[in-house]
Amino acid sequence: MTGRGHGKVAPAIRVRDLHKSFGTLEVLRGIDLDIARGEVVCVIGPSGSGKSTLLRCVNLLEVPTSGRIYLGEVEVTAPDTDLDRVRTRVGMVFQQFNLFPHLDVERNLTVAQEVVLKRSHDEAVEVAVAMLRRVGLEDKRHEYPARLSGGQQQRVAIARALSMGPQAMLFDESTSALDPELVGEVLGVMRELAQEGMTMLVVTHEMHFARDVADRVIFMDGGVIVEEGPPADVFAAPREERTRRFLDRVLAR
Amino acid sequence: MTASQADVQQEPPPGGRRFRVSRSQATQWALYALSLAIVLAVAFLVDWERLQDRMFRWDLVRAQFPEVVTQAARNTLVFTAFGFTGGLALGLLVALMRLSTIRPYRWAATVYVDLIRGLPALLVLIFIAFGLPIALGIRIPGTYGRGAVALAIVASAYIAEVIRAGIEAVPRGQMEAARSLGMSRGQAMRRIVLPQAFRLIIPPMTNELVLLLKDTALISVIGVTEATKELTRFGRDGVNANANATPLVVAGLVYLALTIPMTRLAAYLERRAAASK
Ligand SMILES: Nc1ncnc2c1ncn2[C@@H]1O[C@H](COP(=O)(O)OP(=O)(O)O)[C@@H](O)[C@H]1O
Ligand SMILES: [Mg+2]
Repeated sequence: MTGRGHGKVAPAIRVRDLHKSFGTLEVLRGIDLDIARGEVVCVIGPSGSGKSTLLRCVNLLEVPTSGRIYLGEVEVTAPDTDLDRVRTRVGMVFQQFNLFPHLDVERNLTVAQEVVLKRSHDEAVEVAVAMLRRVGLEDKRHEYPARLSGGQQQRVAIARALSMGPQAMLFDESTSALDPELVGEVLGVMRELAQEGMTMLVVTHEMHFARDVADRVIFMDGGVIVEEGPPADVFAAPREERTRRFLDRVLAR
Repeated sequence: MTASQADVQQEPPPGGRRFRVSRSQATQWALYALSLAIVLAVAFLVDWERLQDRMFRWDLVRAQFPEVVTQAARNTLVFTAFGFTGGLALGLLVALMRLSTIRPYRWAATVYVDLIRGLPALLVLIFIAFGLPIALGIRIPGTYGRGAVALAIVASAYIAEVIRAGIEAVPRGQMEAARSLGMSRGQAMRRIVLPQAFRLIIPPMTNELVLLLKDTALISVIGVTEATKELTRFGRDGVNANANATPLVVAGLVYLALTIPMTRLAAYLERRAAASK
């Protein structure tokens, strides 16, 4: 279950020797990563280790300094790639939800479908309702985001990303901004998504979630992947000293 | 204010809190008494009849109507409307250029804004009305043309800065979320960022509108026809014709009738925006 070598089918996401610098600060220092279709990969690691930057590079919110990224067969780092099209195929869920506060929930889900995918309004609404049902918030479709709890907002954000029909989903600490009692509902939605076979790359501090749901756990530190493997191995018997120290620290809490 | 500041600077006397309060009260009473004395002195020394005769003669007040409203105030509002609409369109363009990823756009917009904000509005107005036509051989057509174009250009630099501040106040995550859904920068700006920015800038924009309304007075310098006389020119002509300040006072009152409600509205919008945060 390492996600590698699933026959001849190209991995959903392939990252090759990815480097990213901000000025003189080298944040990613050679990342190689394959994520198979339907695989759930959790990324753990200390703050500042480059986890967010990795995710943001995968959907090209940051332009990599060097290296290649493929989605399926398509190299998205190729100079002639239509970046906006690429981004519709990868959904992203942010720590701060980032719902559009001036639009109601339904419009949050339909605006990009209409503007980017050129779906008709009726078609977009139909998809929106279906996605809201999936996250259990169909009845909130005419509310504004400010009237929802943090957990509900994040579920809407997930539904919004799903309504574009992405091939993979990226989650960047999607429960870190939530009150503890609201974390469960969001993780529940993510768990269902994983069970339905969505390809997911999840940065998280929720070690239980990583242990239960991930096919593979990646430990990052200092801009490199220090260790990776099935969660049972990484959590129970980390090979690297750095991993062990990190786990001791977060699991002690 | 000054009394309590003076108190703060002194060493507080031992156990002196009550002492200090009573002392600052005494100072306040002294200030009231002084103000009253000044008011009384003015009231006795000024020749009120003469003042009213020169500044507020009833027959002249009446003579200003209805033209001061139907012509002068109307023209002031027409110039304001043209200037603001043009200034808004141009200002939005300049603001977007200042935030552009394309460097020459940023430079051009910065130069434009710095230039116009760094010069007196009057100078810019005169330059556009007289300097440009001479230099480039173009004539801005229309009855209101020159004045409206000049005002729009002056206003656009200030409006651009208001819009830019508004755009920058929208959290970065909004643009990123929109981009992550596949929207282009332009689509995200138009659908997601600008609507939020415009909500933030309604109060400061109302203030810009008041400033612009007052700046229409500058047009009286670049020459207006009988048909485009605005309030200040109207008042000034009235002063010249009658050797009396009454027409100017009336024009001033009309200005206030327009600007004070707008200023109050801006303050109300600002309070409401602050409350909804
Ligand atoms: N846009 C940026 N400009 C400059 N430095 C950045 C930027 N984004 C991230 N960094 C830096 O890159 C490093 C890694 O950040 P990040 O990927 O957010 O780490 P993590 O998500 O693991 O906490 C940090 O030192 C951060 O300050
Ligand atoms: Mg992060």
